Amino acid sequence: MPENFEPKILAFFCNWCTYTAADLAGVSRMKYEPTTRVVRVMCSGRVDPQFVLDAFAHGADGVLIGGCHPGDCHYVEGNYKLLRRFRMLRRLVASLGIEPERLRMEWISASEGERLQKVVNEMTAQIKLLGPLELPERFREWDTELHEETFDKEREVVASGQ
Amino acid sequence: MDDKTIGNGSEEVRIGFFICHCGSNIAGTIDVEAVADYVRTLPNVVVSSDYKYTCSVAGQDMIVEDILKYKLNRVVVAACSPLLHEKTFRAATQRGGINPFFFHMVNIREHGSWVHQDRALATQKAMDMARGAIARVKFHKALEKRREPVRQSVLVVGGGIAGIHAALTMANAGKKVYLVEREPTIGGHMAMFDKTFPTLDCAACILTPKMSEVGSHPNIVLWSYSEVTEIKGYVGNYDVTVKRKPRYIKEDLCVGCLDCIDHCVFKTGNTDDEFNQNLSKRKPVYIPFAQAVPRLVAIDPAACTHLNGGKCEQSCATACDRQAIDFEQKETFEHIGVGAVIVATGFKPFDAHRKPLYGYGRFPDVYTALEVERLVCSSGPTGGDVVLKDGSKPKSVGIIHCVGSRDHQTNRWCSRVCCMYSLKLAHLLKEHTDAEIYNFYIDIRTPGKGYEEFYERLQEEGNHFIRGRVGDITDVPIIPEEEGRMIVRVEDSLAGFVRRIPVDMVVLATGLEPREDASEIRRRFNISCSSEGFFLERHPKLAPVSTTTDGVFLAGCCQGPKDIPDTVAQAGAAAAESLVLLDVGYVEMEPMTAFVTEKYCSGCKTCLPLCPFSAISRDEEKGVAVINPVLCKGCGTCVAACPSGAITQNLFEDRQIFAEIEELLVHA
Ligand SMILES: Cc1cc2nc3c(=O)[nH]c(=O)nc-3n(C[C@H](O)[C@H](O)[C@H](O)COP(=O)(O)OP(=O)(O)OC[C@H]3O[C@@H](n4cnc5c(N)ncnc54)[C@H](O)[C@@H]3O)c2cc1C
Ligand code: SF4
Ligand code: SF4
Ligand code: FES
Repeated sequence: MPENFEPKILAFFCNWCTYTAADLAGVSRMKYEPTTRVVRVMCSGRVDPQFVLDAFAHGADGVLIGGCHPGDCHYVEGNYKLLRRFRMLRRLVASLGIEPERLRMEWISASEGERLQKVVNEMTAQIKLLGPLELPERFREWDTELHEETFDKEREVVASGQ
Repeated sequence: MDDKTIGNGSEEVRIGFFICHCGSNIAGTIDVEAVADYVRTLPNVVVSSDYKYTCSVAGQDMIVEDILKYKLNRVVVAACSPLLHEKTFRAATQRGGINPFFFHMVNIREHGSWVHQDRALATQKAMDMARGAIARVKFHKALEKRREPVRQSVLVVGGGIAGIHAALTMANAGKKVYLVEREPTIGGHMAMFDKTFPTLDCAACILTPKMSEVGSHPNIVLWSYSEVTEIKGYVGNYDVTVKRKPRYIKEDLCVGCLDCIDHCVFKTGNTDDEFNQNLSKRKPVYIPFAQAVPRLVAIDPAACTHLNGGKCEQSCATACDRQAIDFEQKETFEHIGVGAVIVATGFKPFDAHRKPLYGYGRFPDVYTALEVERLVCSSGPTGGDVVLKDGSKPKSVGIIHCVGSRDHQTNRWCSRVCCMYSLKLAHLLKEHTDAEIYNFYIDIRTPGKGYEEFYERLQEEGNHFIRGRVGDITDVPIIPEEEGRMIVRVEDSLAGFVRRIPVDMVVLATGLEPREDASEIRRRFNISCSSEGFFLERHPKLAPVSTTTDGVFLAGCCQGPKDIPDTVAQAGAAAAESLVLLDVGYVEMEPMTAFVTEKYCSGCKTCLPLCPFSAISRDEEKGVAVINPVLCKGCGTCVAACPSGAITQNLFEDRQIFAEIEELLVHA
């Protein structure tokens, strides 16, 4: 693991609750780890599973999705729709060999600045223990392996004179 | 990807980046020059500069000038939260002559300098965020805001002093007002008080004229004994359903003569009178208090023999010469359309049972403040005589402050009015009984015009003030004077020892809490709560009566404990905000709605049931989904779910978000 590993957590926060909670944490000067990079969406329901996979594929060490508490979604039920997708996502991510701690979904309301601070710090600590995910590097490795294999095969074919 | 052809048509993308110091708020933690230097190296960035206060007029002018000078067609500002200044900078972008949606904002203050300490890491994060925005803004499109007319009417929920004042203000401005009150009468808590601090003017004298004005105002429709059951729509155009509970009286026939009450088969009250805090009884057919508005009786189905299936001669009905009594009445529903909503549902007093050591419910002469308000009131259960349960007058009274407030076991907040109303009650009790009055307080809090002076006056009147949180109230005497009395045990924090004060009457200054159904109401109106449960204003300083739902405003104690002057001021503010909305006459709808690209839609119907606003329907002829932009609120849920990628959300397009994700993750 590289020294001073600073995980990169890509975060999707809904405008009305979690993004506002993060603003509140700011206004209240609550300190937390500088590991998140937030993408603001209007509702957690906008979070497409592809966004999460894309984030991992481009080097995120973790993905955090923040929405309103059940029943509090500004659009009534976007967070329930996310919840359903999240179950599927978690299985998908596990099958890619990504540790479950790297994908997290949290309901954080507009008044819960403290909770936001806690969640980010907790997730950062967990990912620090796991180390970098380096999925793009792994992809590259797999690509070359795959490439070499086919190349070898081709050579065999050529060598056998067929 | 060809940077020159993306975005708007074929023109070259030219981005201006502006990073704000916010005095030292940002620059103190983030190396803004370094960020500006870095961003200048990114593709399509034509100009990148830092400025002390970008939101200032000079800062905005700089943006406008740079747009013209460098022929910019995209603007990115790294500063505070978009929730604060996105509007400001969009407007500046527009003044520069480009569509305001070619703007994007990066939040490096609330999400950056204010929450991080390590300068290098905070600067790194700001660079990443700026890069994400630069990547995203390339894909922005010109968008237009849609205008919708605003209905010229307002719904006020709750008829306490907050709702009354807001309703009258709106009605006097010529707007149609629907005032919905849950109880049979308006008035709220204020109607229960005898006098109000600090001036000691009679509560009824200042409240009842306003109440009757509400009752007779041509612009106000007052629905008491009613509740809002459903609200749909959006700012300027809310559709509201109001349930009107049966009061078993034909409202148009009843003239409020009260003959029916006299003729009820129960000659005296048979059920607790809530208005008198259950210190007296009332009949099943009743009017809450003499000056109730509307002046209409109601029949309490829980107490009425006939409505409980019992045999009753129904003498009330025969006594009414206008045949106004109607036992067959059922609940009805009214459907109205309004432009704005003012929520003014008030508070609930702390339940004194939750502090068992203070003996409420155990010792007969422990009272809550609200009960004492009724006892000292000349129209109260005892006609204003302060007498104990055994009929005697108290010789000594203890008033315990902060019951259920500033207490980590119950509520942490200060209820703001209890010190002042305790002083008021101390004065009134002394006037009515000439007893010795002991105030047990933690701190006396009297901020407000004339409040500290009132406190001084009380001290001069010879009231005792003992500083310390009361431990408990006991009836176990240790000296003869304590015999047969209650003993308040308190650690006097000024004297530094535990004292025992024998008293005949205890008053608990119970704090203010959110109503029991606050979270239900909050959901119904799609607004938020602070952590203790009071409704949350959009901004604690700059938008104190707005909520996160446009067109829904707050007034009074539902937003937090406050006294009557502050409640009235806030109600006036809520009315003014609603008036602005109505008088402008139209609302501009954010254009972040979703649309279906027909040729990609497979007609799978996945999206149809997903939309919480039923904005998606199916064009049967073409076999594709169609989104109604008027109904779509732009949550993006359907976009994320469409397996064919056929739905696009304006301003949150897939290509914009993917670009943002991917660039956020590149290491600068
Ligand atoms: C013991 C005591 C003494 C006080 N004395 C003073 C004083 O002397 N001077 C002073 O300035 N302040 C005093 N206060 C504070 C004062 O009571 C409040 O400032 C004031 O009552 C707040 O008014 P409001 O309209 O916000 O709330 P409320 O008075 O609580 O009125 C809310 C109204 O909304 C109705 N409602 C609730 N939910 C719904 C719903 N879902 N649908 C429809 N209607 C609903 C309620 O029935 C009620 O009529 C005192 C408070 C207490 C507890
Ligand atoms: S989910 Fe997508 S493909 Fe299916 S009907 Fe809706 S828009 Fe068309
Ligand atoms: S974006 Fe949300 S509100 Fe709009 S059509 Fe899709 S699901 Fe409905
Ligand atoms: S708006 Fe927050 S989850 Fe829907």
